[in-house]
Amino acid sequence: MGKILLEVRELTTKYVTRFREDVYAVDHVSLQVEEGKALGIAGESGCGKSTLALSLMGYYFAPLHYISGDIIVDGRNITGMDPDTVRKAVLGRDVAYIPQAAMNALNPTQKVINFIEDVIKVHDLGADKKEIYERARILFETVGLPESVLHKYPVELSGGMKQRTVIAIAVLLSPKVLIADEPSSALDVTSQKMVIKMLMRLMEDGLIGSLIFITHELPLLYNVTDDIMVMYAGQIVEKGTAREIVFDPLHPYAKGLMGSIIVPEEGVRDVKLTAIPGAPPNLKKPPSGCRFAERCKYVQPLCKVTSVGFKELDNGRTYRCIFSEAELREAYQNG
Amino acid sequence: MAEEKQVCLSGKGLTKVFGFGRQRTLAVDHVDFSFYEGEIVSIVGESGSGKTTLAKMLLGLINPTEGEIAFQGQVRDISSQKKRKEYWKNIQAIFQDPFSSYNIFNKIDAVLLDCIHMRGGRNLPHEKKVELMTEACGFVNLKFAELTNKYPFELSGGQMQRLMIARIFLLKPKVLLADEPTSMIDACSRATILDMLMDLRREIGMTLIFITHDIGLAYFVSDSVYIMEHGKIVEHGSADEVILNPKEVYTRRLINDVPKIYEEWDLSTV
Repeated sequence: MGKILLEVRELTTKYVTRFREDVYAVDHVSLQVEEGKALGIAGESGCGKSTLALSLMGYYFAPLHYISGDIIVDGRNITGMDPDTVRKAVLGRDVAYIPQAAMNALNPTQKVINFIEDVIKVHDLGADKKEIYERARILFETVGLPESVLHKYPVELSGGMKQRTVIAIAVLLSPKVLIADEPSSALDVTSQKMVIKMLMRLMEDGLIGSLIFITHELPLLYNVTDDIMVMYAGQIVEKGTAREIVFDPLHPYAKGLMGSIIVPEEGVRDVKLTAIPGAPPNLKKPPSGCRFAERCKYVQPLCKVTSVGFKELDNGRTYRCIFSEAELREAYQNG
Repeated sequence: MAEEKQVCLSGKGLTKVFGFGRQRTLAVDHVDFSFYEGEIVSIVGESGSGKTTLAKMLLGLINPTEGEIAFQGQVRDISSQKKRKEYWKNIQAIFQDPFSSYNIFNKIDAVLLDCIHMRGGRNLPHEKKVELMTEACGFVNLKFAELTNKYPFELSGGQMQRLMIARIFLLKPKVLLADEPTSMIDACSRATILDMLMDLRREIGMTLIFITHDIGLAYFVSDSVYIMEHGKIVEHGSADEVILNPKEVYTRRLINDVPKIYEEWDLSTV
C-alpha cells in the first residue's frame, strides 16, 4: 500500500440559504486517496459531488460552511486553519481544484504568461519574470502544450486548449491532490480525450500526487480511475474498485446508474436504457431512513425508518444498504 | 413486406459559405442526403464540422448559399415569413441549451398554449386546452398543475428539456431535429430524455434527426448515421455498418475518442 496523501474523516459541510435554512450537501463523508492513485466520484446532478469537491479544498466561503470532520493532506490537518493561510499555503501546493468551466478562470485581458505570473505572486514565491517564464515553458512542454500559448490571450485559444492551459496552471506548484470536477464535460469527445490524456500524463510524471476525478460519465470514470465512490444525496452509498462498481454494482442506486451507460460497442444497442425514476430528495429535510428509499425498486418498509450504515465485504468493498450481498444479487437476477 | 420507404427530407448539393475574401469559410460543402420517413438519423462530427450549420439550414433559420432542400418530394419554399411558419409546423427542433431555448417572459402555460394554437386549436374551449396540456406534460412525467404560473427558468435543466419534448408532443411535427439534446444534462437524465424521444417517435411516427458529437449515443439511438468532417459528409450508412465496420479514418478516430468499457481505450492516438 502506498503512502496515503489525502485522508478525509467524517467530513460534513452545509449550505445556508437566504432564509437561514441548512442544506447538508456533504454528510459524514470519509475517504482515502493513496499516492499515484485516482479516485472517481460518480452520481447524478444534485447529489453533492461538486460540493464535496469544494469542501475537500478546506477553503470555505459563504454559502458553504464547515461543520465537522477532518481533512488530512499528507499528514497535515487543514480543517482548523485560517482561510488566508489555506489559500496561500494549501491551495495550489497541497490541493488544487479544477472546476467544470475552468476555461472561464482565465483573465480575458491578460496574456496567459501574465496570468501565471500573478498566480505565482499570490503564493509568495518571489521568483522573477525570467524564472517564471522558464518554469511555465518547461511545464507546458511536459504536458504537450505549445510554448506559443503563453503569449496568447484566452480568446485566441479553443475551448479544449483553454481547459488544458488552466489545468497546466493548476499543477504549476505540483499539488499533492488534484481535484478535477467534470473537467471535460463541456468539451467534445476529441478535446475530452486530450484532457484525459494530459491528466494521466501528469500522474505518470509525478507532477500531481493523486487525482480525484468527478463526473457523471461512467465509461470515462472507468477508464481514468482506480477506485470509484458513488454518492447519493450527500452521502457515499458504495465504494469499490472501478471494475467492481461498473460491472458488478451492489447498491440499487449504483445499479441504476450503470443502466444509463452508452458506449459504441457491439451488443449495446440491444440493452434498453433504464433511468432511475424521480429526483434526489430535498436535503433541507433529508429522509430519516435510507435516502434512496423513495426511488428504490427493492424498497422495504424498514428502509424508510432505520438509518442504514455501511456493510463491508471481505475485499474491502463497502456499500450502504439493509440487504446483504447475497440478497441483492438474487434481487438483480430476478430483475 | 417490401414496402418502399418514403423520402421525408432530402438535400442536394447543399452548401453554406460564411464570410468572403480571406475570411471565407466553407461551413457546409456540397452535401447530399435523404432522410426517410420514421427513421432515426444521426449526424456526427466534432466541433466545427458544420453539423449545426446544416441543422440551421434544415430548419430554415439560415439560407443555403447553394443547393436545395426538398421536403416530402417538394422543393421547400420558405421565401416569405408565412410560408416559413407553415414549414415549421412540419419541422421542429430541440436545442442543446434548454436554458436559452425559452422566451424568458412567457410562462409555461403560454409556451404550451402557443403550440396548441399553432396546430389550429385556437378556438378550442379552455377545458379542452388544459386537457391537452395535461396530457402532454403527463407524457414527459411533469405535472401540469404544478407548472402553471411558473416560468421556465424555475425548472431544472432536465425538466426544461422534458418540457421541450412536451411541446413537440403537442405540435406533432413530421420531423424533429435534436441538436445535442443531452450534452448539457447528466447521464441519468440523459437516459430519461432518450427514452422519451423514442416513445414520442413511436407515438407520432416522426423522423428524428439527431445531431451529436458522441458517436456512442449516435450508435445507440439511430438507424442510419452520417459522419461529417470539415463540412463534408465522409461516410454514411446503417448504424451497424458505420460503427462496427468503419471505412474512413476519421470515423475510426471518432469511435476511438469515446471512452469504452469492454475494450481497452487507446489514449495514444491524440
